[in-house]
Amino acid sequence: MSVRLTRGTHQHPGRRPVTALLGRHPVGLALIAPYAAFIVLVFAYPLGFAVWISFHDYFFAAPGAQVDRPFVGLENYRAVIGDPGVRQAFGNILVFLLINVPLTAVLALTLAVALNRSIRGRTFLRVAYYVPYVTASVAVVGVWLFLFSSDGLVNRVLGPLAPDPSWLVNETLAMPLIAVFVAWKQLGFFILLYLAALQTVPKELYESAAVDGATAWQRFRSVTVPAVRPATTLVVILATITGANLFTEPYLLTGGGGPNGASTSPVLLMYQRGIEQGAPDVAAAIGVLLVVGVVTVSMINRRLLERP
Amino acid sequence: MSTSTLGTPTPTPGVACAPAARRRPGTLRRMLRTTALVAFALAFLFPFYYMFIGSLQAEPDTSPAGAFPTGGLTLDNYREINTEINLLRSLLNSGIFTGGAILGTVVFGVLAGYALAQLSFRGRGALFGLVLLVQVVPFQLLLIPLYVLIVRGYGLADSYLGMILPFAINTTAVFVFRQFFLQLPADLFAAARVDGASELRILWSVALPLVRPALLTVVLLTFIGPWNEFLWPFLITKQTDMQPLAVSLANYLSNVAARAANPYGAILAGACVLAAPAVALFIAFQKHFTSTNIGSGVKG
Repeated sequence: MSVRLTRGTHQHPGRRPVTALLGRHPVGLALIAPYAAFIVLVFAYPLGFAVWISFHDYFFAAPGAQVDRPFVGLENYRAVIGDPGVRQAFGNILVFLLINVPLTAVLALTLAVALNRSIRGRTFLRVAYYVPYVTASVAVVGVWLFLFSSDGLVNRVLGPLAPDPSWLVNETLAMPLIAVFVAWKQLGFFILLYLAALQTVPKELYESAAVDGATAWQRFRSVTVPAVRPATTLVVILATITGANLFTEPYLLTGGGGPNGASTSPVLLMYQRGIEQGAPDVAAAIGVLLVVGVVTVSMINRRLLERP
Repeated sequence: MSTSTLGTPTPTPGVACAPAARRRPGTLRRMLRTTALVAFALAFLFPFYYMFIGSLQAEPDTSPAGAFPTGGLTLDNYREINTEINLLRSLLNSGIFTGGAILGTVVFGVLAGYALAQLSFRGRGALFGLVLLVQVVPFQLLLIPLYVLIVRGYGLADSYLGMILPFAINTTAVFVFRQFFLQLPADLFAAARVDGASELRILWSVALPLVRPALLTVVLLTFIGPWNEFLWPFLITKQTDMQPLAVSLANYLSNVAARAANPYGAILAGACVLAAPAVALFIAFQKHFTSTNIGSGVKG
């Protein structure tokens, strides 16, 4: 009751034209203005600028110099698509996603379901699965380099089974190893997402399934998996976006996308072409194509996962 | 919103309501499950253990026995990495970069989250739509234009401002704050307004004290972003005295390590220094990394 009265005193359209124009709390506009300004400055404008660069002959010039940057239509895109290095990088990221995304989703859901039960030592388990996620890639890349070097612990343990050439210098194994590394690094975050989703599954569903004599596996298949489907869509899309952003791991783990470009990612290529070789227009075109690809893959995933 | 965490006991669905006759296989299954989870967790943690042990060994020993040394541990690798990269300076740069990002994220996030949750003004719906949209803009697309604008356009290469700028706003934080402010009753704010308090004053003395848990969650989540970030500060810092630790360690790793006597030892020592603050903060505040807090931030 009191709320209505107070609102009533604030709502006098005749007396306060500003209320009709800007809403009941125009000060809200002022509070959100810094955020909105930032969005324009750091997201919206650069976003449009990226697309603009990709259609022009853009190059770095001395500060303040007036240079002509002619419109070149699809020229940059033609150069990108005709470049075997770019095609290889997109192929690499596809291999990465095919390994990383299913591995992430399956492991995260399995571990989340197991952790959701009451078990002893849950704090320890929670920390163990989450610690790779909070640690810098650069730091853990250091230890993976050590573990998977040709004379490293992994090969020493494997003995005669060790791959030759070793993991990170092997054209077939480099990208899959990076996919496993990223799955290990990100898993804790996705476990948390699944745990949040599991809290919303009605307990009655499990109870009636148990009454019907369903085994644990059957309950998992027919109750848990369908109930967390929205979370699965989210996990798959977020893992795809994270994977498409891959840069640090190929840059450091395989010495800049080696061997022979077998682990080059599109973002690494954007850095090499755009900044190292001074062709930002080509790099922007790679970026636009990559985003189009990610959006397409995400929409296909969503269709497939949300199909009843 | 419930704030259930992994630490909150939830009844075991299948086992709890099973008849007494089935309790024995349930116990066995639970033991198996716990064993598997612990084994998996140890495998997850092993690289961290190996990182720490490796940083203390004078000579790299990659044999399986070398992972469990009985003696000969030294701090030489830490001294070595400190002469190669100025650890203190790099940590300071990381701290300023992270601190600036946290400050911007909290200030702008609180203001925007409060406005979106508790104030009604023209364009609120459109602005919230914009917030949702920003979440799906991938950083890859912004990489080149941001580099061109910030480094070439604004001349902010090798500056803290240039480093912080793209991180000063975090849409996830706006979501988390909005979510928390939405739970506060509108009557509370209406009453304060009747008493004549300005919106900023209401926000500062009424709303903020009530969302302290959200504040902590956002600070922790924001910390790990810039502290661990490599690509952006790597792009815009060329001077070594401006580089955050992640960048200087990565440069050491890719350029200098070949010349060192025990390169892995020095790399692992640097890695421990880089990892320690984030891991320590996470362990100290692990209760606040709750599934619902983070879930609400991502899902909106």
